[in-house]
Amino acid sequence: MEMVIKFIAAAVISGTPLLYGTVGEILNEKSGHLNLGVEGMMSMGAVSGFMVGYYSDSFLLSLIAAFLGGAVGAAIYAVLTVTFMADQNVTGLTLTIFGIGLGNFLGLYYLGLSESGTLKLPEKITGQMRSINIEGLSNLPVVGKLLFSYNPFVYLGIVIAIVLWWYLKKTKTGLSLRAIGENPSAADAAGIRVTKLKYINIILGGGICGIGGVYCAMIINNGVWISNSVGGFGWIAVALVIFAAWSPVRAIFGSFVFGAFNILRYYVPSVGIPEAFYDMLPFLVTALVLIVTSIRQSKENSQPAGCGINYFREDR
Amino acid sequence: MANMNNTAKEPLIRIGKRNELTAKNAMFLRLAAFGLALVAGGVFILAVGHNPISVYWTIIRGSFRSEMAIQATIKYMIPLLITSLGITLAFRMRFWNIGAEGQVIMGAIFASYFALFFDGLPHVLLIILMIIAGIIGGGIWGLIPAFFKVRYNTNETLFTLMLNYIALYIIVFLRDGPWADPESGGFPKIARFSKNAQLDKIFGVQAGWIIGIILVVLVFIYMRYSKHGYEINVVGESKATARYAGMNVRKIVLRTMFISGGICGITGMVSATGSDMTLATAVAGGVGFTAIIVAWLARLNPFTILLVSFLFSVLEKGSTVIQSEFGLSTDSSEVLQGIILFFVLGCEFFVRYRFIRRKKGGTD
Repeated sequence: MEMVIKFIAAAVISGTPLLYGTVGEILNEKSGHLNLGVEGMMSMGAVSGFMVGYYSDSFLLSLIAAFLGGAVGAAIYAVLTVTFMADQNVTGLTLTIFGIGLGNFLGLYYLGLSESGTLKLPEKITGQMRSINIEGLSNLPVVGKLLFSYNPFVYLGIVIAIVLWWYLKKTKTGLSLRAIGENPSAADAAGIRVTKLKYINIILGGGICGIGGVYCAMIINNGVWISNSVGGFGWIAVALVIFAAWSPVRAIFGSFVFGAFNILRYYVPSVGIPEAFYDMLPFLVTALVLIVTSIRQSKENSQPAGCGINYFREDR
Repeated sequence: MANMNNTAKEPLIRIGKRNELTAKNAMFLRLAAFGLALVAGGVFILAVGHNPISVYWTIIRGSFRSEMAIQATIKYMIPLLITSLGITLAFRMRFWNIGAEGQVIMGAIFASYFALFFDGLPHVLLIILMIIAGIIGGGIWGLIPAFFKVRYNTNETLFTLMLNYIALYIIVFLRDGPWADPESGGFPKIARFSKNAQLDKIFGVQAGWIIGIILVVLVFIYMRYSKHGYEINVVGESKATARYAGMNVRKIVLRTMFISGGICGITGMVSATGSDMTLATAVAGGVGFTAIIVAWLARLNPFTILLVSFLFSVLEKGSTVIQSEFGLSTDSSEVLQGIILFFVLGCEFFVRYRFIRRKKGGTD
């Protein structure tokens, strides 16, 4: 029992960057843009958040910088695909290569400036991202560990996911956005400001991915800067969008399940299963999910119809 | 915005289609975009405290300064060139194969099997066997997503992506278990190939460059003059048209993805047996992704791919020199590649569209 609780708690911690990436990508896809740049945006968020945190000692500034880092990446993507109507696949991939390159480059650049030869976040920040401890709640048996023992990022991520669910499902703007994703020309004809909404949501989504990036740098990598800090989480997030069937709330569940795959090897008794298999597991499961969802196609849980196609007004 | 309250009014700037630019003007536009990208890259270099002109000059000088430097540049070019050619076939068909990375790896694994366990065979026979094995390995890895695409319409972009990682961890598995080098002293690696299983050198560079150049011509002929090439283009334009014309779209997709993956598999074979001399986890090392940029920049033309992949290898080789001379990490080459493609992607817009300013006095 003790072990199960520990396992679930570890899965949540390890799945949280996926949650940010997935939710950010859902916003992109809901506006009709399949953005393959999640890994890149996360990487840009990681480096900007980490370096601002390192030099400013401020957790809040670091969060804002991470958001902005991801948002800048998304803004490049938005300009190219929304206004310039460039191919979404290629633009997203380029954003990933550029973002990872930029993250690694700047990371090594600042590493070169540091005297110790390593970059480690100051105690002031690491202290704030440690697990919260609510008097009376965190010490409760079982529930305390399962619900009240995480770092602030976890709660922030869940709140963002729920707010976005509400935004997409219950608000007028959310409805407009979904209309754009399904059929931009119909949305345009209905008087929805397609370009403006696309920009806002793509950039917002990128910012959320950026926070996921800094989570990797701060928590997954224990606050020490390493190259390739995001390490493939962004790609899993792109695939998780499908697993979550484009719902931010289902993304919460999905990312924790995938978080569990990441850490499974430490919790199952070793029965001669090769180490490499555990590394492969998240990707294998995602591939299977892709196949299964494509076999039983349901209109309800599928990609927005306009996703991947750029909208040119005068083509109507 | 001025027209916020008055939706009937025409916006200040709108986008309109333009008549097709002449090929010369379009080329000029792309060169201008490339120039602008260099300027933007220069601003970036300036921001990290270096002189852009001397950094650019060092990149070029570093790639050509000696015979050895040129050989190293060519060595960078080989995997990029061959992989881009493979991707081109899939992209012509609008099959978003971003699984080149995995196809390279599978080609390398299949070829390595012969390099490790059949190295007693005559050299020429072994090399030919390894090339065929590479093609089959990469081909299978291309065939899997194609099968699910034609059967269930599974999203190939994400599926090929996942196959990349699965392939990567297959190497890790082989390295840690069945193919582990017993003489490595516990360090996880696969044994170095025997001399007999190594690809020969021609003019001081592994023979992969010859294979690459042959493939440029073959892919060009295949795409331009063969029935298969024509079918690929039609399927790329419109699957419905292809079906209406009586083509077997499923068969075309499967066949093309086998060839596309197979060519990428050759990359794996030449990288493992020509450059690494073993099967390393970094045998693909991101080339599958960079190759997509190359193929796209070259507008899927094999000869332009040769040019662009050479340009990119200059960047890659040059970035190792600016690392040693300026202390800037080699990641700068990815940043510059990204910037170049951003600008070229942006400029494609101006080939097809233009901004139209609102005329004075309302609508036109």
